[in-house]
Amino acid sequence: MKTKASKSAVIGTLSALALAVSMNVAVAAEDTIKVGILHSLSGTMAISETTLKDTMLMLIEEQNKKGGLLGKQLEAVVVDPASNWPLFAEKARELISKNGVDAIFGAWTSVSRKSVLPVVEELDSIMFYPVQYEGEESSKNVFYTGAAPNQQAVPAVDYLMNDLGVERWVLAGTDYVYPRTTNKILEAYLKAKGVAAEDIMINYTPFGHSDWQSIVSDIKKFGAEGKKTAVVSTINGDANVPFYKELGSQGVAAGDIPVVAFSVGEEELSGIDTAPLVGHLAAWNYFMSVDSETNDSFIDGWHAYTKDDKRVSNDPMEAHYIGFNMWVEAVKKAGTTDPAAVQESIIGVAVPNLTGGYSTMMPNHHITKPVMIGEIQDDGQFEVVWQTSGTVAGDAWSDYLEGSKDIISDWRAPLSCGNYNTKTAKCSGQNF
Amino acid sequence: MPIPKSVVRLLPFIALWMLVTLVLTFSLDAKSAEKDGTLAEASALLVKKFDDKARAVALLVESAHPRTEEILSLIQEGELYYRKDDDRLFKIPVAETGAQAVDLLDASALTIEKTRDFKKVTLNNLMRGQIGLALAEIGLKSEDPAQREAAVRKLLGELSDESVAVLRKRIGAEPVAAVRDLIQVALAVNDLRNGDEAARLQAVERVEGSLEPPVRTALTQVAESDVSPVVKQKAQLALNGIDEQIRLYGMVETLYFGISLGSVLVLAGIGLAITFGVMGVINMAHGELIMLGAYTTYVVQQLMPNHLGASILVAIPAAFMVSALVGVAIERGVIRFLYGRPLETLLATFGISLILQQAVRSVFSPLNRSVSTPEWMSGMVEINPVLSLTLSRLYIILFCLLVFVALVMVLKRTPLGLQVRAVSQNRAMARAMGVRSKWVDAMTFGLGSGVAGVAGVALSQLTNVGPNLGQAYIIDSFMVVVFGGVGNLWGTLVAGLSLGIANKVLEPWAGAVLAKILVLVFIILFIQKRPRGLFPQRGRAAEG
Repeated sequence: MKTKASKSAVIGTLSALALAVSMNVAVAAEDTIKVGILHSLSGTMAISETTLKDTMLMLIEEQNKKGGLLGKQLEAVVVDPASNWPLFAEKARELISKNGVDAIFGAWTSVSRKSVLPVVEELDSIMFYPVQYEGEESSKNVFYTGAAPNQQAVPAVDYLMNDLGVERWVLAGTDYVYPRTTNKILEAYLKAKGVAAEDIMINYTPFGHSDWQSIVSDIKKFGAEGKKTAVVSTINGDANVPFYKELGSQGVAAGDIPVVAFSVGEEELSGIDTAPLVGHLAAWNYFMSVDSETNDSFIDGWHAYTKDDKRVSNDPMEAHYIGFNMWVEAVKKAGTTDPAAVQESIIGVAVPNLTGGYSTMMPNHHITKPVMIGEIQDDGQFEVVWQTSGTVAGDAWSDYLEGSKDIISDWRAPLSCGNYNTKTAKCSGQNF
Repeated sequence: MPIPKSVVRLLPFIALWMLVTLVLTFSLDAKSAEKDGTLAEASALLVKKFDDKARAVALLVESAHPRTEEILSLIQEGELYYRKDDDRLFKIPVAETGAQAVDLLDASALTIEKTRDFKKVTLNNLMRGQIGLALAEIGLKSEDPAQREAAVRKLLGELSDESVAVLRKRIGAEPVAAVRDLIQVALAVNDLRNGDEAARLQAVERVEGSLEPPVRTALTQVAESDVSPVVKQKAQLALNGIDEQIRLYGMVETLYFGISLGSVLVLAGIGLAITFGVMGVINMAHGELIMLGAYTTYVVQQLMPNHLGASILVAIPAAFMVSALVGVAIERGVIRFLYGRPLETLLATFGISLILQQAVRSVFSPLNRSVSTPEWMSGMVEINPVLSLTLSRLYIILFCLLVFVALVMVLKRTPLGLQVRAVSQNRAMARAMGVRSKWVDAMTFGLGSGVAGVAGVALSQLTNVGPNLGQAYIIDSFMVVVFGGVGNLWGTLVAGLSLGIANKVLEPWAGAVLAKILVLVFIILFIQKRPRGLFPQRGRAAEG
């Protein structure tokens, strides 16, 4: 890997000149450590991903103010994959082989991550993926700093069942891989808890679905049959706003049928009038309203960096905060930015998260996080109503799905496998 | 930080606890003495603070103090705050610097200097339910019949023994017939659960035809598992009657949903019916013109934050102007060079749509903007417990019809309309008669674009106001126009409404994804059979 690294460094410096012309990236002095930022700045996903690009730029700037890393300054290389999944793979290749970045922070949707996966594996680089996802994956080259289903969906359902006494369930989601897999896990989990099949209603809608009248009306009817009902929503992106607006105008109050969402955070709420939604829930590992000193100073820094004191922070931002600091610590520990060395040194690294505790990188490349349930307030913020007493370790392979129950992931020697079947004692070599 | 974190976290709870003790003893002097006592008790109880708050609410309800209702409503409305320094409770309707805060105990008012000095007494869903029920119990005795009715409805199926007693006493004295009926239904539901056989039988008869959801739940239980076969049978009959009614109203509801979706489709498509239908320009930037209209609504709302209700009315002409001007600019700047070259027009306007999207991203940020719904547009009209029509949708249906009529009038009754029709039917002849065809082209395109902007105002009430708004509607718009018949406004209206209804009829049994696919497949087959849509243009214009 050494030769490749030095070779790509040469190409990197050469292309830095070209970059300065073609892109709006600050070109630093001769010898810098390059960090790739692979987030869509145009197209459908720009709404979510632009913020993460800004977060990374802020974190890198702050690290540089603290004296950089290994005595060198960090340099951000920003590319725009334009919400185009195949382009993610091309841009990742460009970042690693042309620009010579030592780590990539990026992707949002699962399909964009799956698109990058073969590239980072082939070039043996590393990527930090900051968004909650469906699990069932553990790559040697990817670090999953967002929540796995057991760090978000399952605890949320537990809360509804035990604290709110919910007996009937609507699993509503957008029709793609994350909601489908999450709902499969939740369905299996609910049935294991003794919920009858007729008390579970599953509903899928297309991306960007905007007419929710019949679905909300169905949910209302489903909930009017005497048993306490809740909606578990994996509805993604832009479709949430019309969904919540319809809930509000059809008078579905949180007291009657609470909706718990896994993809709605502060940023999504900033585009809605939240007054009719007060009391609906979201499950995350971080809320902007969390009262901790690290969070306060992070938000102050964010407001100063964006020069806008109304900008909100959200869970994927915290994931990047954790991921970036873990990478910094791992590089310090290894004494080099060489991806292969960092892959080894990062396991076990613990850094402060924004909710007042520590998050640790586990051998399965997932991290430990607390799980929180928040209720929407009329100012667009969440009030934490429940949280786990400690942190929960991310589980790459769900314990509730046939076929993934027996699989574990451990990237430490001697196992070094992302897909190890404990029954057959075999490593499939297939990490996703 | 002067106060330790743990104490800060205690405050909301302490505040409420104090409130209860204060109101109970109703002595201001006892305050300092109470404080120490409750502080110790509070820290011992602080395991989950919401549990303790719920207990405080229960105590407050139990005390039956005259101010209970006021305090509970304040908590429910989120207007109860406490001052961080001294835990005094305040009523704050609007929490912003310069607003008024009213001391709850001595009713003295003061001006808020820093909003961070005050913290809201928060509540969770369980407490919301608890307070809602408590307020309903109090509301049973209210003077206002509407409030009494709401209270009975809220308690329906969840009556406590005390409430049953209150209702039994009330029923004779109740002057309003509607409320009296509802009370009888509520008591009957209670009888269905707890009464003896005769009472149950009578109750079944009483609730017959009532559409309240708790009635159906109670009847289902009786029909499934009552000990007496007579009651069981009667309950089943009553249940069948109710189900029949629910099915009927369900159909009405589906129809309403269909018309409402249809009116959105018509609004989105009608501008295109002019630019594409009349002028024959394939304008891929049509969606972005809608988006500009929605953003105009947002800007207008930002400019007049205190007049939300009026802002939407101001936004309609503003959005028309903005989109029309952009439309004219597009026509003059790009499209006029490409007349007669549809493929190039398509590519050029697609490029423009990307430029407009990215421009909005740069100016307004890629995040969605929040457009609030004015008071008079929110809520719903409740026809009966199983059928209610959302007001915002109702207004949009009306608005769609208005826009349609206005547009037909413009085309049929104004000189501009005459010239537009003349140019679209026979350009050479119109020019020979002295019509400035280039000017007419620009005006026509501006008119179509302006109408798209107006559609944006309506859509801002239903969906995201963000850079992607336009993309979501461009395909639907073309679908409606092509299906309706190019160049025909009536075709657009009929096509939009029928596609909306078809979509909503299919959705319950096919699912949202499949319903959309089925509608698309249907249109493709239809176009194969009738390439010129529902209402094809006849005669010479068809050749144009």
